[in-house]
Amino acid sequence: MPTSFAWMIGGDQGEGIDATGDVFGRVLSRLGYCIYGYRHFSSRIKGGHTNFTVRIAREKVLAPQANVEVLVALTQETIDRNCHLLAPGAPLLADSQLKPTLPEACRAQLVEIPLTQIAREIGAPVVRNMVAVGASTALFGLPLEAFAAYAREKFARKGETVAGQNVEALQRGRAFIEELGMAGRFSLPEPAPRERYLMTGNDSLALGALAGGCRIMAAYPITPATDIMEGLAGLFPRFGGAVCQMEDELAAITLVIGANYAGARAMTATSGPGFSLMQEGIGLASMAEIPAVVVDTQRVGPSTGMPTKNEQSDLMAAVFGGHGEGQRIVMAPGTAEQAFADGFEAFNLADRYQCPVIILSDLALAQWLQSVEDLPLKQHRIDRGAIVAQEELDRLTGEFERYRVTEDGISPRALPGMPKGQFLATGVEHASSGKVSEAPQNRVSQVEKRSRKLAPLRTRPEAIEARQVDDAEVVVVCFGSIVGAVDEAVERLRQAGVRAGRVQVRQLWPMPDLPLTGALSGAAKVLVAEQNATGELRQLMRIAGLEDSRYRSLLHFDGTLLSPERVVAAVQAMSVKEEV
Amino acid sequence: METVTLQDYKTSEKSWWCPGCGDFGVLAALQKTLVKLGIPPHRVAIVAGIGCSGKMGNYINSYNIHVVHGRTLPSALGVKLANRDLLVIAAGGDGDGFAIGMNHFVHAVRRNIGVKYIVMDNHIYGLTKGQNSPTSDQGQKVKAAPFGNVESPVRPLSLALTAGATYVAQGFSSNQAQLARLIEGAIAHPGFAFVNVLSPCVTYNKINTYDFYKQMLYDLDADKDYLPDSRGRAISAVLEREELVTGLIYHDPGSVAYEDALPGFSQEPLAGRDITLGEAEFEELLASYR
Ligand SMILES: Cc1ncc(C[n+]2csc(CCOP(=O)(O)OP(=O)(O)O)c2C)c(N)n1
Ligand code: SF4
Repeated sequence: MPTSFAWMIGGDQGEGIDATGDVFGRVLSRLGYCIYGYRHFSSRIKGGHTNFTVRIAREKVLAPQANVEVLVALTQETIDRNCHLLAPGAPLLADSQLKPTLPEACRAQLVEIPLTQIAREIGAPVVRNMVAVGASTALFGLPLEAFAAYAREKFARKGETVAGQNVEALQRGRAFIEELGMAGRFSLPEPAPRERYLMTGNDSLALGALAGGCRIMAAYPITPATDIMEGLAGLFPRFGGAVCQMEDELAAITLVIGANYAGARAMTATSGPGFSLMQEGIGLASMAEIPAVVVDTQRVGPSTGMPTKNEQSDLMAAVFGGHGEGQRIVMAPGTAEQAFADGFEAFNLADRYQCPVIILSDLALAQWLQSVEDLPLKQHRIDRGAIVAQEELDRLTGEFERYRVTEDGISPRALPGMPKGQFLATGVEHASSGKVSEAPQNRVSQVEKRSRKLAPLRTRPEAIEARQVDDAEVVVVCFGSIVGAVDEAVERLRQAGVRAGRVQVRQLWPMPDLPLTGALSGAAKVLVAEQNATGELRQLMRIAGLEDSRYRSLLHFDGTLLSPERVVAAVQAMSVKEEV
Repeated sequence: METVTLQDYKTSEKSWWCPGCGDFGVLAALQKTLVKLGIPPHRVAIVAGIGCSGKMGNYINSYNIHVVHGRTLPSALGVKLANRDLLVIAAGGDGDGFAIGMNHFVHAVRRNIGVKYIVMDNHIYGLTKGQNSPTSDQGQKVKAAPFGNVESPVRPLSLALTAGATYVAQGFSSNQAQLARLIEGAIAHPGFAFVNVLSPCVTYNKINTYDFYKQMLYDLDADKDYLPDSRGRAISAVLEREELVTGLIYHDPGSVAYEDALPGFSQEPLAGRDITLGEAEFEELLASYR
């Protein structure tokens, strides 16, 4: 029996596909299932094929499923593009109005269902997709009442009539399948009911930032980062904060720097093209030692690339982007829980190390729905880093030395408004007072001071997450959203007798070389899996002195999310025995 | 009120501007005004751009942040939002403000951010040694345009006025008394206040010199018939004289600053606020993801 099921709905963009997928996934989540909701879409608002898949499982899943059990098609294109995902005999529910046809090779069971017509009879053409949801509940033997209750709750604001029409749509869809004798076609495993949240990485990152004390967010809209700005725009007014939609990313990053300089916690979020524009500003934050949190939700690049597709190719830009040699911390969450944690901790790190912190997210993490059991607020505590005490300023006889050369490289800062703390923060090289200095000796001591700051991060315990590495012959190293696919692959490999393990790099820079060396010490082979064409993570590991003859790469760069199947195949292809 | 003296605003650093540079006059007028108003240095944040003009912050003992070229205004907005109790002054050149930073200028105006913007407009790029700037006159010959500038200049005053500015003034760096008055008015103004200062570059600009301005400038403050209360009249007054005017050009007494218009925005400085999020509040937010 399969341990997970996938239900896909497809149609044209603008037909409410995402919203319908959201309803289906959310009710299943409330019923106690773990959900992974992923979508395929293009950079258009209306028209163009889009689909949304809800993967349903008892345990947490974070990767797309190779096949789908049920396909709901609102357009013929949906059938043509996706019917190969169905097993022979699997139900394909298509709106009869399409006069749908199956491609010759397809052995699925075409079920024509008058979605549009039923919706018209109900008197609300917009409930068409809900008819399909009702029909699907029958196929999976799900309790209709849970869906009806959700619809009543969701549409309550729109009035009795609208809510009623949606409930009726669910009922009619269900009755149609029941009459065909197809009810209960799939039996889902008993759920493990417990409270879960269904959210995207953008959602949880925004919550993490809010909880971490962020009160200013400046950004310029860009897929797939915009939800962070939109999410916070709805929340900040309650907390006295502000979201500023700026004229460009140059403005967004420099606003963030100004705000952090003056003592607030501020962030920006963007994707590749905007991230490129921010590089000069990020350099200023490094040079003037000003905290700044920047989220880069990666998509396919360079240039406009494929804005709605997956890639992890901004590592070099995150670590080394911009001119000169600035200090940056680069974090890489892979799950919604991690995005929350990083969203919070990025502000602590930025304040503690007085430098830019980049959260390198990616499209699948940013926008796809996942089940979350808990976001443990209590595990995090706000730490503002070194701020000079007012009494100390009051005792000063000379100028405040903002950039005093210290042993750990961190110099307490004064915040504007503190009497006697005035100083110049500048992107020009400066002496310990902040005043401009181009003296060779000063240059060397300031460069060394700034570099020294980040050294402790190399051994930060949270910088990697290792699983099943102790006895592993092959360890898969990855980062970002593909961790779900890698975990699933490792599980399957273990079931097939291959001793596989995985290491997720949670902090890409400074590279946690010592923890990584430890975690990889027992492995005969190391497979670095990443979604780019040049092996950027492996290159970073090489720079950190980690790479050796055990290393191989799995590079995935077609814009889709890496699948567990590809990881399994890649590990199997690495004959472990051949070169011991 | 604390007594603030000119000495409080002095730094140990010697100014590196060329002798005679107009920017000395702007710095002096600003320092005098801050002293006159009794604002202590720790309550002032100066956000400076890149250019000779951007050195301003190096020579004045306040909180200073010297940012990247052209991003003076968004950085200043960040400072203001973080600590709205500060007097935030953005200062830069005409290249910083109207070339690389032009985008931000128009948007800062339209947002009406609570920042005072002083441009040291020398119609030339000083720091990079004498290229034409967006305010350079047509025909101006420089090394990078040896056959003369073919572009027509940006008109900062009318541009600000049409973009919706609520305080627009122009000073001349050698008219200290007027300049100080205009800066004082800017500080008192809620919202974005723009003070363009004709500040000659004695080294690279041989056209827009002190003598040129002394001959050409028309003082609107001295014109009893001119009232700075109509945007339409202000636009025609500056355009008719090709912006060779000084004085308070326009002032909207009903101006509401961006930070006051933002929904729910903190009345106290964000920088000092408790930022911990309560467990119950967090649970409530999480519940919407069920
Ligand atoms: C991104 C970037 N491009 C170019 C420069 C070089 N640059 C420094 S100042 C300047 C122009 C200065 O002119 P202006 O802003 O009018 O100031 P002024 O020196 O005349 O006071 C330029 C082009 C730079 N620092 N940064
Ligand atoms: S080059 Fe011009 S603008 Fe720069 S300091 Fe000298 S006179 Fe002033």
